[in-house]
Order: sequence, then structure tokens, then C-alpha cells
Amino acid sequence: MNVPNELLHRRDVVNELLRDRSDLLVVAGLGAPNWDISAAGDSPNNFPLWGAMGAAAMMGFGLAIAQPKRRVLVITGDGEMLMSLGALATIAVQNPPNLTIAVLDNERFGETGMQKTHTAGGVDLAGIATAAGFRTSRIVRTMAEVTEIRDLAHHGNGPVFAQVKINPEALYFVLPPADGGILTTRFRQSVLGDGSLYN
Amino acid sequence: MADLQKKEPVALPTWPDEVYRVLKDADVRQVGMVPDAGHSRLIRAFEADPQARVITLTTEEEGIAMLAGAWLGGERGVLLLQSSGVGNCINMLSLPMICRMPLLMLVTMRGEWGEFNPWQVPMGQGTRAVLEAMGVIVTRADEPHLVASTVSGAANLAFNTWRPAAVLIGQRVLGAKNFKELARK
Repeated sequence: MNVPNELLHRRDVVNELLRDRSDLLVVAGLGAPNWDISAAGDSPNNFPLWGAMGAAAMMGFGLAIAQPKRRVLVITGDGEMLMSLGALATIAVQNPPNLTIAVLDNERFGETGMQKTHTAGGVDLAGIATAAGFRTSRIVRTMAEVTEIRDLAHHGNGPVFAQVKINPEALYFVLPPADGGILTTRFRQSVLGDGSLYN
Repeated sequence: MADLQKKEPVALPTWPDEVYRVLKDADVRQVGMVPDAGHSRLIRAFEADPQARVITLTTEEEGIAMLAGAWLGGERGVLLLQSSGVGNCINMLSLPMICRMPLLMLVTMRGEWGEFNPWQVPMGQGTRAVLEAMGVIVTRADEPHLVASTVSGAANLAFNTWRPAAVLIGQRVLGAKNFKELARK
């Protein structure tokens, strides 16, 4: 268990969010969240973004309403989420019960030299999500709280937003396939079946 | 000039209904939009449709990402926007292009024939160039009776060849606003 003020480690957080993931569908924002979900184990039910910064939340939302019987978890960074704050308003209004957004908040643009993001300047992403109307929105600082978010993502009543405060550590990359066609095709084949190949 | 514009047909009442039928035939379920007056009749049709979901966006690129997620989950959608919103989408258009996903965009044009507001002109004139620069296949309708067939062709192209396709609906179809006349009232 964490002692107070000790920041969480991002891959511990992601490993816990994805523990016993069953048929959970995962979209990851570009950069470290992509490498993190891949480090936890590449899967056809992962859609790791390599670009399109700002896409993660809305992509998870479009998927969640297309697949209302599945659970969808978006894992992204604070910089990526800050680029699409309007998406939090759009999603809150639509109120998808099967969507969780977990922001790994290291308060840095990690891929570009660890420059500070707005969360380092005090911007409260969880507060923004609350104000937009998310049913559940929390700042997470301990692994016990991560486990609660994991359980909400798998079984809870969404939409759920979590701003997980993490250590600004730069870790080794674990790369999933980079070809968008492969990522799309394998995801659709897994979710929709072999028939999707003949579309 | 104002008199000339008044004599142009102001949106035949049938073409948005024809477009609705075309989009229903294409099994469109998710309708992402930042509204435009030219899309209002089509939006109302989808709002009354229990099999479709209309999602108001804060900015148009949200819709590109949303429809990519829809495709991953096996649903088809459409993005309704005005030409000014095309500029907001530029980098996000990487997503359907590199992932070989369909994307259908219906763009109502401003900043061209009959335009009154000079601030609409830069993006209106740049709309086709921007879309084509990002690999979107662009077709255009300038007559009300050609809109539905143009949308049908673009929908087939998008959903059968997994490419982004846009239909530009010309300002001549929609009718041009005259703000000076409105201001006199």
C-alpha cells in the first residue's frame, strides 16, 4: 500500500486496471499510455493510438455506444485529455453507462521532454469532469483507489472519470503493431467476429 | 444582388428527406454534428428516429474520433458540419486514413456563391483543398436534386472501400443569407 504523497507508478496502475480484463475493450491515447497497455499484454481488444492526439475519449465513446453490452476503458495521458476537454462535455451529456476514462496524470508532456502540462499548474481534470456531469469522477492517489476504479470500469454504472496522479517516470517502450489497418482489423474481428473480414 | 439571391430556390423541401433515406439505407446509426442551418431538417429527421443517435459535438474533430470508435464497434455513422468546421478536423483526419476506416462527412458550404460574411470566405475557399490534402475523397452537389445521389455515392465509397469521403453541399443549394437585410429588421 502506498504511503501518503508517494506517487503511483503508471504500469502498476495500468496492470491493476486491466487485471482479469475478460472482454474489456481498451482504447489508449498516444505516447506512454499506448506503451503501458502494451506492456500489460498486447491484445486484439486493445486499440492503442499512435497519433490523432485528442481522439482517445471520443473514440472510446463511439465504441461504447456501438457496443452497449461491452465495457469500454479509455486510458490516456493528461496532455492528450487536455487537448479535448470539450469531449468531456459531449460525453457527459450522452451519459454512456459502460464507459470509463482513466487519465494517467504525470503533469507532463512525457514524449517531448517532460514539459509541464496545465495539471502541473493546478488544473483539476476530475473537477472539470464533475462539472460537465460525469456520474463518478475522482482524483486517485493510492492503489486501493485504483482498484475501485478498476471495479467500476468492469462492473460499475458509468460514465466514470478518474484522474490518477502518477510519477513522471520515463520507462522503456513496449510497442504494439503500428499499422492502423492491422489494429482496426484485428479489433473488429475480435469484437464482431470473422464476418467483419468480409464486410 | 439581393434581389437576384431572393429569386434563387431556397432549399427544395425534399432533398434533406432524400438524404435521410439514403443514410438510413446505409444503416447510419451515429449522427455526430455541429449544427448548420442547412442540416437542420436532416437533424430533425434523425432526432425523431429511435434507431439513430444524434450527438452534438463541441467541435467537429470529436466526431471523427467518435465515428472511428463506432466503426470498431460495428456501427456506421455520419458527420454533419459546416465548411468552417472542416478546418477543425485536419489532424484528426489522420485516424480514418491510416486505420483504413470509413468516414462520411456532409459539409454545408459557406464562403462561396452568394456569401455575405467575409469571415466565412477563407475556410470556405480552403475546404476542398484541406480535405483533399488529408486524403479525403471529395464530391460536390450544387443542385438540390443531385444531393441525395451524391451522398449515396459517397456513402458507398466510404463504407465499401474504408476511406474518408466528403460531400460538399453548395451554398447555391442552401440559399445565401443576407445579414444586411436581417439587420434592417
